[in-house]
Amino acid sequence: MADKAGEMQKKEAETPETGERTRACRIYSPQVDIIERQEEIVVIADMPGVDEKSIDITLEKNVLTIYGRVDFEAPKDHRPVLSEYGTGDYQRVFTLSDEVDRDKIQATVKNGVLRLVMPKAETAKTRKIPIKAEGLGGLLNLNLSHA
Amino acid sequence: MLWSDRVFDTLRELEGIRQALRRFDVPSTVEFPATNVWVSDNDAVVTTEIPGIDPEALEISVVKDSLTLRGSRQAEELKEGETYHRRERWNGQFTKTLKLPFAVESGKVEARFSKGVLAIILPRAEAEKPRKISVKTE
Repeated sequence: MADKAGEMQKKEAETPETGERTRACRIYSPQVDIIERQEEIVVIADMPGVDEKSIDITLEKNVLTIYGRVDFEAPKDHRPVLSEYGTGDYQRVFTLSDEVDRDKIQATVKNGVLRLVMPKAETAKTRKIPIKAEGLGGLLNLNLSHA
Repeated sequence: MLWSDRVFDTLRELEGIRQALRRFDVPSTVEFPATNVWVSDNDAVVTTEIPGIDPEALEISVVKDSLTLRGSRQAEELKEGETYHRRERWNGQFTKTLKLPFAVESGKVEARFSKGVLAIILPRAEAEKPRKISVKTE
């Protein structure tokens, strides 16, 4: 583990895609990793304060929306003396390509980390196209016809 | 009043406003992990967002009025043929020391880790608790 977690800052989501909201809080854009594997695409998102009950994943056409609701209460009768991060909901929107098998998407949340496993559709899996070697005779014929 | 005095007064006022604002504004860069601290007469509450870490591997130490957090998170291990399309999440190790406004009763510190958020409750040392002093009239 050579690399150090350096300075990081929560980013506010630039354009909340849900239109106007009735909940008065900020929306942050969670940091994500997207990994492509042979059989699946994995999306991992850091959403501290969110659990399986407060997360909404919707797939409409090919737009995948992740929304995490954070219910936060500041400690009672305390006054803030240091405030380095803000608290609010999370939202991030992805456009999926056709290669994902929509019915088999799996989502799990653990310790504030969302993990979405999206299996690739049969057609999108990398296929090896076999190349047949042609007989020597054919090659010779070709050469002869050009000669 | 001299003209230059007035300029300095104005500058001083501006600096005061700037500092007052800075207390509640989220700074543009902070040492990881970002922490929030609340204080009452009895204790301090420190919260920080460190999702995905193993709470067993998290080290919290308190000496007088300083709190040190130490932890790490491993990057996802990739097998052959796997690639990152996007890589924004942090990984590696971190150490952060915070200076609290008072000394802490280190034996009574409580820490909770839930949904990726760490909350530490640090009781104020008995000697550091604010005391009400009554004024006697003669």
